[in-house]
Amino acid sequence: MLAPGRAKPKPTPETKHFWDGCKEGKLLLQRCGDTGRAYFPPRPFSPYTGTRNVSVFEASGRATLHSYVIHHRPVPGFTPPYAIAVVELEEGPRLMTNIVDCEQTPEALQLDMRLEVAFTPMDEEITLPLFRPAKEAK
Amino acid sequence: MLGRGEIAIVGAAESTRIGVVPDMSQIMLHADAALNAMADAGLRPKDIDGVACVGPMMPQQIAHYLGITPKWVDGTGVGGCSFMLHVRHAAAAIHAGYCNTVLITHGESGKSRINATPRPPEPESLNGQFEAPFGPFGPPTLFPIPVLRFMKKYGVTHEDLATVAVVQREWAGRNPRAMFREPITVDDVLNSRMIAYPFRILECCLVTDGGGALILTKSDRAKDFPTKPVYILGTGESVESNMVSQMEDFTSSRAFRVAGPTAIEAAGIDRKDVDHLMIYDAFAHLPLYGLEDLGFVGRGEAAAFIREGHTRPGGKLPLNTNGGGLSYTHTGMYGMFALQESVRQMRGTAPAQVPGAKISVCHGVGGMFSASGTIVFSNERP
Repeated sequence: MLAPGRAKPKPTPETKHFWDGCKEGKLLLQRCGDTGRAYFPPRPFSPYTGTRNVSVFEASGRATLHSYVIHHRPVPGFTPPYAIAVVELEEGPRLMTNIVDCEQTPEALQLDMRLEVAFTPMDEEITLPLFRPAKEAK
Repeated sequence: MLGRGEIAIVGAAESTRIGVVPDMSQIMLHADAALNAMADAGLRPKDIDGVACVGPMMPQQIAHYLGITPKWVDGTGVGGCSFMLHVRHAAAAIHAGYCNTVLITHGESGKSRINATPRPPEPESLNGQFEAPFGPFGPPTLFPIPVLRFMKKYGVTHEDLATVAVVQREWAGRNPRAMFREPITVDDVLNSRMIAYPFRILECCLVTDGGGALILTKSDRAKDFPTKPVYILGTGESVESNMVSQMEDFTSSRAFRVAGPTAIEAAGIDRKDVDHLMIYDAFAHLPLYGLEDLGFVGRGEAAAFIREGHTRPGGKLPLNTNGGGLSYTHTGMYGMFALQESVRQMRGTAPAQVPGAKISVCHGVGGMFSASGTIVFSNERP
């Protein structure tokens, strides 16, 4: 369970499936029916072509570290310094997250390092998709 | 089609004081700058028939406060470059005959926070769901998110980024209104307090109070005003995403790549004709992105261009000559101050005047690379 204090997401009808998936340990993305390309954040149509012909699928949970900052000031729910990262999922989309089970230093956080999803509950309603160094890369 | 130089800036001013202004609320900073701009143009509120400002301040608040009855308003709010978009929209509106004389205002009590509007991300918004839970705390934690990728791709060093701040401080040293004027070194920057790695405090913009206002009209009327007209040659605008995590390319801004070249092409100029350049510098990496995305240098060349001194006083492309958001002032929406400096340079009245400057490009960014607006100015009508 995460320390209290973080901003808590409030799902909407268009994003509920994503947050339900996180609670069940599944990282659910959507795919454009026209191009086959995955996209994020969730919406019931494709940002590539506008088609409503889209499907939900479970992503692998594998990602690489695309970029980040290490914040040095206090924020509710966080102990500085902590990294705010953007990871690139194996399926293409990027998302903001935190990197766990890893020192929060430039030396430990190398761009393009391999990561895997680490579902972490905030409370009974919301589970966040955080990421940790991939096991085979340790 | 709007002609090159068809519309001109005939009034321009900042608030009487900038920096720390604890005795003015946000709306009064708008009004103070507006009154100064009207005095600059020799106009009164009854002469203005168009008003633009950026939310949370709505045009009706400003129009009513100043006693203006507008025929045209614009409340486009895309962050700190909104004023570039207001200039663009106002030029089109005047061309279309919707109004004759537009007042664009900015006021922000960014430091003193007097009647300032809080901006919490709504927990149901996409930012609230997909960024806020991971601990961002304002622009210093979000705007720099792409920069490590830029550094890795192009071999840009921490010293290179620090050099941006050093050069801008050099310009600020020539400007009595700049908040920070003492010279700094690369070591000073790299030893300053860490805010959000890789950025230290001297690579982050100031947080100040202040305002600014511009008055636009048809260039055919411009000779009736007491100041030297500054002609609008070309304009551009675009937006991308207000979620920095969803930016298409972390090493280049799509909004920059649309807005900048659109303005430069509309102006019918070559980049080598540009005498003076403003690139909104909320953080030290923005001038690098701007120089490359607007095509003033090739990909990966911006850091070397600045390191070699080309943007310094005496360099071939003077950049951010007021000291920029890093050293001059930054209320939260700095774009108005970048525009004011371009106008001063074109009027020949800037504290760090670029001798003989005839063309100025003013490029703005809106929050976390979400938006962009570019204006090409000249003191000569084509």
